[in-house]
Amino acid sequence: MASLTVQNISKSFGQAGVIKNLSFEVRDGEFCVLLGPSGCGKTTLLRIIAGLEEASGGTIVIGDRRVDTLAPRDRDLAFVFQTYALYPHLTVAENLAFTLEVRGAARAEIRRRVDETAKTLGLDGLLARKPRELSGGQRQRVAVGRAIIRHPKLFLFDEPLSNLDAALRGEMRGELARLHKRLGATILYVTHDQAEAMTLADKIIVLDRGAIQQTGAPAEIYHAPANLFVAGFVGSPRMNFAEGAVNGAGLFIGEDCRFDVSEMLPDNVKRGDTPLTIGIRPEDLTIAADGPAAIEGRVEIVEDLGSDKFVHVASAGRGWVARMAPEAPLKPGGAVRLRAADGKLHIFHSGRRIGR
Amino acid sequence: MKRADRAAVWFVLPSLFLVALFSIYPICASVRLGFYRTILMLPWLGEKFVGLENYADLATDAVALQSLGVTLLFVGASATMEVLVGAGMALLLNESFRGRGLVRAAVLVPWAIPTVVSSQMWRYIFNYRYGLFNFLVFGRDTSRYIAPLAEPWLARAAIIFADVWKTSSFAALIVLAGLQTIPDELYEAAEVDGAGAWQKLRRITLPLLKPALLLALLFRTIDAFKVFDLVFVMTQGGPADATNVLQFYGYKKIFAEGMIGYGSAIAVGVFLISLALALLYIRLIGARVLEPGAAR
Amino acid sequence: MKTFLLPLAVAAVGIYSLLPFLWFVLASWKSPAQLTAIPPVIVPEFHWGFYRSAIVNYGLLGYIENSAIVAAATTVVSIAIGALAAYALTRFHAAWLRWYLLVLLCVSMFPQIAVAGPVWRILDALGWLNRYPGIIVAYISFSLPLAIWILSTFFKELPYEIEEAALVDGCTRAQALRRIVLPLAAPGIFTAAILVFIYAWNEFFFALIILTSPPLQTLPVGIALFPGEYTIPWGELAAASAIATLPLIALTLLFQRRIVRGLSAGAVKG
Repeated sequence: MASLTVQNISKSFGQAGVIKNLSFEVRDGEFCVLLGPSGCGKTTLLRIIAGLEEASGGTIVIGDRRVDTLAPRDRDLAFVFQTYALYPHLTVAENLAFTLEVRGAARAEIRRRVDETAKTLGLDGLLARKPRELSGGQRQRVAVGRAIIRHPKLFLFDEPLSNLDAALRGEMRGELARLHKRLGATILYVTHDQAEAMTLADKIIVLDRGAIQQTGAPAEIYHAPANLFVAGFVGSPRMNFAEGAVNGAGLFIGEDCRFDVSEMLPDNVKRGDTPLTIGIRPEDLTIAADGPAAIEGRVEIVEDLGSDKFVHVASAGRGWVARMAPEAPLKPGGAVRLRAADGKLHIFHSGRRIGR
Repeated sequence: MKRADRAAVWFVLPSLFLVALFSIYPICASVRLGFYRTILMLPWLGEKFVGLENYADLATDAVALQSLGVTLLFVGASATMEVLVGAGMALLLNESFRGRGLVRAAVLVPWAIPTVVSSQMWRYIFNYRYGLFNFLVFGRDTSRYIAPLAEPWLARAAIIFADVWKTSSFAALIVLAGLQTIPDELYEAAEVDGAGAWQKLRRITLPLLKPALLLALLFRTIDAFKVFDLVFVMTQGGPADATNVLQFYGYKKIFAEGMIGYGSAIAVGVFLISLALALLYIRLIGARVLEPGAAR
Repeated sequence: MKTFLLPLAVAAVGIYSLLPFLWFVLASWKSPAQLTAIPPVIVPEFHWGFYRSAIVNYGLLGYIENSAIVAAATTVVSIAIGALAAYALTRFHAAWLRWYLLVLLCVSMFPQIAVAGPVWRILDALGWLNRYPGIIVAYISFSLPLAIWILSTFFKELPYEIEEAALVDGCTRAQALRRIVLPLAAPGIFTAAILVFIYAWNEFFFALIILTSPPLQTLPVGIALFPGEYTIPWGELAAASAIATLPLIALTLLFQRRIVRGLSAGAVKG
């Protein structure tokens, strides 16, 4: 295994730059997830690292070897494609053996490694089948097997679970986590699914419009989003946002809400008339039984998920979403008063996080 | 140019060379020759520039004008009938019944037969003494037997029919491909809404099939302009130029009479008509080719 | 009503498609007397005299040999060159490649007369009139648009990711082409080959102007110019026609599905 260092990678199609001067590092044995919406450049970045696409500039180092001028086959990495890209004319065993074969491994060694890999992934009984005779989950396993059989320095995963149904996806997620732990592999994993990112990653890199928005551990990304994009992209239901300004008493006043932010605001932010955006996650909105309410409105819809209730509240023409315990006594049409849980506000100034 | 694009040049070069040499250059040369008077087999006699004279002659050449009329008649009639017959075949082949594969293969048989062979076949059937056509029309009364290919209108009808017979299966394939893109759910929804078989055909199939029908019509039109083999074998353009289509007329001028200048003027005329049709076709379907990413 | 109309329609289409040619083939097995009988004889004697005569008196085998050589050579070269171009057209992005595809589309629609005179002169200048290379190189050129179009639609369906997987797995471009692309593209290549072969086997116009010397002529020319002094030798002509058509009907029946796919790929998907 080895670390991956990406420095100043850029890529442009015609006029528009897809990737703008990106740099980051994945440490040896780290599970790093590139998270971002579709079209943010994450797959392009992965393909550049694999050598399937040419960057306009920059360097890529795997271990202590610079690889950006090498052909894909010389970079000593494995790539798991979103569509799996299994060789349809070869059996499972031949698919697994292919990479060893073209690299000239001995026949006995190939046999041993194929058996070993098949056992690891539970593919023992399927070795003679062609890909079209496999289920989605089995194909996924073969794709992973084809990657791990060679013990490469680096694994690249391109949305590998997006073609599976929800139940299988959960199962495979667990399996990937176990596999990572066992192999101690260095993994760079691209996804738009935040659940995958949160559960799998040691480190998440949030990407948007070809630029890194934030790098950090999953908890850090969730609890301290660096900017409005990260705050809005991570978390479901989405974080509630309100625009407004803070007055001299340290009270944030929005169109239909007010929050006391006096203790959270850093000293260098001027009180009075500074335009701010407040963010608050649905689970951090609670009912203000008595005392001052931050928001007053009417319950529009209640989505009961069994474990939680998503309460959609309308106030002054806009909506808020609160996530409540299932026993919360709220009915559509009823009036409701909400307040924010202590210390759970996110404050943004010109799009960036400030405070605390 | 990117590295990969430079590599593409080498892949494309052999085909590009041949297409340029045998299609693109000759078209340009034909356009040029249309302004000259010269003999095909005797190039050493030289070429005399005559400007638009060939085209002026063409405009007053009664045979050429009749040839244009015959060609348009042939193209219009055969393309229309081919699409109609083809649509009927496609509707049939789209049904599921036992032995559909066999019928599909049977429909393809006329398409696979060389045109020269099918032309001889029709000539045999239209024979004036013992052809099947005469027997089917007049029975044993041989005194009333006629020579269909010697009667101007019957000869025209015969080559049109021969073309329809041979190529309607091609139109059927295009229409069938169109039919198969109509989702079954639409018919199921219509059934739930209470539509009968006839209403389903009129209200769902035909409207949704319009693009495929248009495409088939255009495709057959373009191809019908190339008619040559049928006329060469069945009528030699006769009787009295009644079936002398443009391609055949141009062929006779260039290769029988050696008048490559005048023949090229005819060729350019035919070329311009088919270029217009080709551009129409590209507008209808080929534009997709130019969209970025279409090739991937 | 449907149960009643459907068999009727099937029968009608079957008769319409098969009967005329069947009638012609039957003629090849008739005796000379049966050939001109009125009312026509339906069941022939099945005598092979006309076939023997077509071979002995009309040199049928020579025409078959010429057609086979020309069609086979055209198919092999056209598919090889076409596959190269189609591979580039579906694997590289450059805009001029898409324009090339459009030019090919246009060229394939022009009537033969638009190029016939200059093509004749080129081949004359090369000394290739009445020689195999002349007709073969012309056929290759004219079948290339068809071959490239059909091959591109098949190549397009091969996911590029499978090739990329091979590159990451350790293949060079050439290895990926040989071990992954070609085996996967084989059905498409085969389909395109059938269609090009049929084109070259059936082509008449250029064979007529390029091959004027009888020993070199192909089957379509032989059949179109079938000699007959006062009356046409229908029996021999029918026999020759049956033989000329036999391989095509066999191909059609064997590979019906592929041909249908190839034709609609060329025409519709475009």
